[in-house]
Amino acid sequence: MRFTVIGALAAVVIFAATGCSWRDTGALPGAVLRVGNGAEPQELDPHQVTGQPEHRILGALFEGLADIDLTTMEPVPATAESWEISPDGRVYTFHIRQNARWSNGDPVTAHDFAYAWQRVLSPKLGSEYAYLLHCIRGARDYNDGKTADFRTVGVRVPDDRTLELTLDNPTPYLLAMQTHQAWFPVHRATIEKFGAMDERGTLWTRPGNHVGNGAFMLAEWQPNDVLRVRRNPNYWNTAKVRLDGIEFYPIDNQQTEERSFRAGNLDLTSTVPMHKTAIYRKEHPDLMKICPDLGVYFYRINATRPPFTDARVRRALVLALNRDEIANNVMKAGETPAVSLVPPNTGGYTSRAAVKYDPETARALLAEAGFPGGRDMKPVEILYNSSDAHRIIAETVQRMWRDNLGIDVRLINQDWKVYLSAVNTLDYDVARGGWIADVADPVNFLECFQTDTGNNRTGWSSPEYDSLIRASYAEPDNAKRLELLQQAEAILLDSAPIIPIYIYTWKFLQSSDVHGLILNPLDLLRWTDMWIERGKGGAR
Amino acid sequence: MIGFVLRRTLEAIPVLLVVFTVAFFLVRLAPGGPFDSEKRASPQVLQQLESQYRLNEPLYSQYLDYLGGVLHGDFGPSFRKPGRTVSEWIALRFPVSLELGTYALLVALAVGMGAGLLAALRPNSALDHGTMSVAMLGICLPGFVLGPLLVLVFALWLGWLPVMGWSTPMHKILPSITLGAAYAAYIARLARGGMLEVLAQDFIRTARAKGLSETRIVLRHALRGGVQPVVAFLGPAAAGLFTGSFVVETIFQVPGLGREFVESAFNRDYTMVIGSVLVYAVLVVALNLVADIALALLDPRVRAQ
Repeated sequence: MRFTVIGALAAVVIFAATGCSWRDTGALPGAVLRVGNGAEPQELDPHQVTGQPEHRILGALFEGLADIDLTTMEPVPATAESWEISPDGRVYTFHIRQNARWSNGDPVTAHDFAYAWQRVLSPKLGSEYAYLLHCIRGARDYNDGKTADFRTVGVRVPDDRTLELTLDNPTPYLLAMQTHQAWFPVHRATIEKFGAMDERGTLWTRPGNHVGNGAFMLAEWQPNDVLRVRRNPNYWNTAKVRLDGIEFYPIDNQQTEERSFRAGNLDLTSTVPMHKTAIYRKEHPDLMKICPDLGVYFYRINATRPPFTDARVRRALVLALNRDEIANNVMKAGETPAVSLVPPNTGGYTSRAAVKYDPETARALLAEAGFPGGRDMKPVEILYNSSDAHRIIAETVQRMWRDNLGIDVRLINQDWKVYLSAVNTLDYDVARGGWIADVADPVNFLECFQTDTGNNRTGWSSPEYDSLIRASYAEPDNAKRLELLQQAEAILLDSAPIIPIYIYTWKFLQSSDVHGLILNPLDLLRWTDMWIERGKGGAR
Repeated sequence: MIGFVLRRTLEAIPVLLVVFTVAFFLVRLAPGGPFDSEKRASPQVLQQLESQYRLNEPLYSQYLDYLGGVLHGDFGPSFRKPGRTVSEWIALRFPVSLELGTYALLVALAVGMGAGLLAALRPNSALDHGTMSVAMLGICLPGFVLGPLLVLVFALWLGWLPVMGWSTPMHKILPSITLGAAYAAYIARLARGGMLEVLAQDFIRTARAKGLSETRIVLRHALRGGVQPVVAFLGPAAAGLFTGSFVVETIFQVPGLGREFVESAFNRDYTMVIGSVLVYAVLVVALNLVADIALALLDPRVRAQ
């Protein structure tokens, strides 16, 4: 058994070398919320990340000028205690709180915001969400590198506590956008201690270096293990905060996360595995939370590839789809069928135009286009990225199109990046798509389908649609602006480069120990509202 | 022996170069890039990112540049996680996989050798058939079935062990067993086969004729030859165990290199893929060498060659 002995010795050596293995690392004291958070955060720099897991953590570490009241969905003051908007809706003047502090005790000033916005717009930083700031006058030119002079951008700081923002167009959702990380301030001295303003991937986001202005501060970051934040005593409203800390667990496997919740190791999960939703709804409806999301699951149709160049063929595909069946019998987690691109009640907008299920008309349209009963039509390929949920939906659609239209449908699944590459290069017939709003406003959905925007990916183009979207940007009256968007969406749904399927839901598991969580269509978790009472319920 | 080690080490250099080259071009030829996402960044931003990571330069010059960096130990930054370099990621996560792999190897050796020896000593008995059936089950039962089963029983029903994580010794038990199980089964079958072959040979009959005790025959005379198939298997197997298992690391949320490798391939995190592949290649080469040396120590015939 010489090898076992050698192996045992090796294990001891490795155990010693990897160190610290016998003790649990810095668990936080007090009322600590344990959150399953999907993937490992790419970064903790608000200007360099795009994902939901990062957004959740950054919402604890930073605070924007304004926040959203999750019950009314109206903007409320945050780091800015008040603001004024000019009558034409183009100039916003924010007043920063006197007692707003960074986690290191420095005061948060208007300069910090101006600096952050200059940073996020710097071409060299390559911030993927910089476009959210393009509503600021001159911001796009600066971001595109057409000018290097930030004074040409509509950001002015009259004094330490006053910030003036000039926009190109009235942007009614500007205040709501302040909850997005792209608008968060950064601490200049900290950024520049570890590198240039526009340098990617410097060490300022590490524990010990990180400085934020949120209700919590970074305590520990063990990559792919746990990220811990603890209460920030310098936060202006720290008296309101009832949690002592939050632990974010980057669990990308849904089954592992659910098991961990069941064992009582998590208070909140990021999602619920598809095959468990029915069980939880039946046996533990109190633990599973479901809320409609501002997001839509849809199919793109490649409008550049015959026979889909013919709008009648595209319309036939739309009409032959029974969305109710997909939402109720396939998804089964409270999803609602999507009859328009923009989910109902997005920023006070519900589309008047709606797609419907009408196999009769669908067959007639297909016959009119030269394919009676689906004859002579080449097989339609549905492309999706590999996942069980996408496959089940595609199979259902396959059956519906075959039964209703008599066409042959083939399913193609590809790995995520291969799928994206195919969709980007219009190398598909029909492809799965999804869009989750960055901002609670219909334009955030509709602007995707302008000609030549990166997110169009259907090859569809309508000059009329483009001009309606452009007109909506410039329209100062919100009611008129929404009317322009109504007209645009009607064109989009009628021309059918996309097939809306269902409205996403935000679904997750919540232990009965957790209180104060307000469900909302933006999936925002407001850590400052939440608290824990241990032992009165539990996850099991 | 020193000459042998030196020669094998030198031979490893072209092997690693080929591995690097193939990995570099394969990952670069795969469709999609590190910055593609459902929400597409503007062309200006994409261009900026590509030029920062020099992805807009001709492929051959990127190759030469990167090769130069790697030769100096610089694997560059991770594309997906801009705040950390590939070397830092590997330094963070390889030790975890190494630790998990070592425990799994111990589990595999202890269980596998024990079962193999027992079976070989009583060939065709109920004990033999029983252990070998269990071993066959172990080979057939994939980690993604065994892992959740163990969690269900020991974590959720009995509550003895944690469901996931890697912070305390208790956390390390289930992942080690899950990862070690399949290897234990292989080792059991190899050890049984090896032992049966040796036990049938003339020198064992001589030993028996001389009246040596069975324990002495098995441990002193037969084992040395009997474990040779196991040792030959252990080289590449240990490399596989030490570099981590995507399945086991995902089921138990172990922050190891196996998960990082697969995720980085999916994410087209070019530098991270190449870094992980090279770690794996170095381990395979090194552990095969160790296995060969061990075989030579065990068997004078190999030494003579």
